[in-house]
Amino acid sequence: MANAAEGAAKGGFRAWLNKRLPVDEFMQSQLVGYYAPKNFNIWYFFGSLALLVFVIQIVTGIFLTMNYKPGELTAFDSVEYIMREVEWGWLIRYMHSTGASMFFIVVYLHMFRALMYGSYKAPRELLWLIGMCTYLALMAEAFFGYVLPWGNMSFWGAQVIVNLFGTIPGIGPGLVEWIRGDYGIADSTLNRFFALHVIALPLALALLIVLHLVALRQTGSNNPDGIEIKAKLGANGKPLDGIPFHPYYTLKDIVGVGVFLIGFAIVVFFVPTFGGLFLEAPNFTPANALSTPDHIAPVWYFTPFYAILRAVPDQRLGALLMGLSVVAFLFLPWLDRSPVKSTRYRGWIWKLALAVFTVSFLALMYLGLMPAEGRYVTLARIFTVGYFAFFVLMPFYTRIDPVKAVPERVSYHA
Amino acid sequence: MADMAVTDDQEVDQSRRRFLTAATVATGAVGAAFAITPFIKSWNPSERARALGAPTEVDVSKIEPGQMVVTSWRKQAIYVVHRTPEMVAALPQNDARLKDPASADSEQPDYAKNEMRSAKADYLVLIGICTHLGCLPKQHFERGDAALGADWPGGFFCPCHGSKFDLAGRVFEGSPASVNLRVPPYEYRGDTLVIGVDAQKGVA
Repeated sequence: MANAAEGAAKGGFRAWLNKRLPVDEFMQSQLVGYYAPKNFNIWYFFGSLALLVFVIQIVTGIFLTMNYKPGELTAFDSVEYIMREVEWGWLIRYMHSTGASMFFIVVYLHMFRALMYGSYKAPRELLWLIGMCTYLALMAEAFFGYVLPWGNMSFWGAQVIVNLFGTIPGIGPGLVEWIRGDYGIADSTLNRFFALHVIALPLALALLIVLHLVALRQTGSNNPDGIEIKAKLGANGKPLDGIPFHPYYTLKDIVGVGVFLIGFAIVVFFVPTFGGLFLEAPNFTPANALSTPDHIAPVWYFTPFYAILRAVPDQRLGALLMGLSVVAFLFLPWLDRSPVKSTRYRGWIWKLALAVFTVSFLALMYLGLMPAEGRYVTLARIFTVGYFAFFVLMPFYTRIDPVKAVPERVSYHA
Repeated sequence: MADMAVTDDQEVDQSRRRFLTAATVATGAVGAAFAITPFIKSWNPSERARALGAPTEVDVSKIEPGQMVVTSWRKQAIYVVHRTPEMVAALPQNDARLKDPASADSEQPDYAKNEMRSAKADYLVLIGICTHLGCLPKQHFERGDAALGADWPGGFFCPCHGSKFDLAGRVFEGSPASVNLRVPPYEYRGDTLVIGVDAQKGVA
């Protein structure tokens, strides 16, 4: 690897370039000179995979925009046109629709990693907050994208979500009309959602991802042991338990990318609708303002929050709890009072709490797909309590949790 | 020019500097607020959308007793039900099971704020949008409807989240919706029902 000094000494184009644009210097400081803990495990693939999916969504999205026509009379037909008549259009669209679900799969695993190893704790609070803002922007991006094909589920999903803002006391009804730009979900709504989906939110996401990476460079990565590797420096001033991000982790991440793309391709080519989970059957019918589908369920990645909304018998309280269930993550760095970061060195109380939360989240995800009747509602109420108990009781149980001694150096078996 | 130069030993007047900074920020904020207004306002319903929101007419003499007609006003489904005398007579029996039997917390014009929730007892006019989250409640007018149990008195059922309403659009206890179905402004011109306009407020 030619470093900055060698590049300059060699002269030629590279020296000319580096004098004007610090290419080598940037590579050196951000990749080769950036030391990451040597004990990363499989959970550390999902950050780079999220970045990969973001790129896939941008590229396929640009090409979909070339044939998609927003508008209540053209949207549904133009998606069918892409699927049936544009050469390879079906592949580009299936990559985009599969990419949306994959984005949430890798982001949820990425977030779960942070929960397991305490990556949100000091000094990484801002890194966590920026990441959560990225997640919120991603949710908005996914929702707007879901409306664009203008199928009946797009329409009624938009109706339900936009009406959530109507439950805000006082300004609610006016706010809903302002969001829609009409007295119902209409052409104007579809067009502004298109604008937000293709330009406003992707720009915001790109900015947030850059901020996330800058904050990561400042604090350095956490690791499965939750030990600050910067506390033990070697003679070269670099962490003893760290290795250069490039080439070690760039190569490791490429293996992750390969495995991920195999799974991605299997979904795209063999099960693009994923049994109605990635693309829902009622959305193959055009939007109809006078006919509600018999059973409205959002796409799987929103169902945990949707289940909480439906579990509450009061509508305003339901909407409030649904909002809180997402926002609660923002407070994690301050709710967690444990002296220890990683679950490896925490006690049974934390492990139980994390297990209750994980089971509640997955159960609510399932229940949100089911009709809101009978025992499904009862179960959703039980798991809603489990979900919120994890956050609300955290300041108490993390303080009394019997933690183990944290070693000075990371545990690593070559 | 020499007399205006700031030399090293001169004190910077911090209070004057703070005032100028605050004044600049305040002026900039007012300017930004003005500049942002057209962008915010551009999201309001356009003139065309407002024009298309004009009143809708229905000839109620053509609706058979017990039948419902669905029309649309401002992109909202409007239910017009011709209630039979039995349906009307049975309405007070529901009161004990309702969240808001007198429609105190619900949205309706004054002439519909009564037991029947309508200007004429025979005709029920409702905005067919669930007050929970905006789905279309379906008609289940049969008493003891198979899907809704033997004690079902007839009314509307929302398939999305299970809200139940009676034949005056009033919400039953145990529903996620907390208020009754809304009633649009309307008036009669002979047998013609005009939705979206009334004597009190003119065109809504």
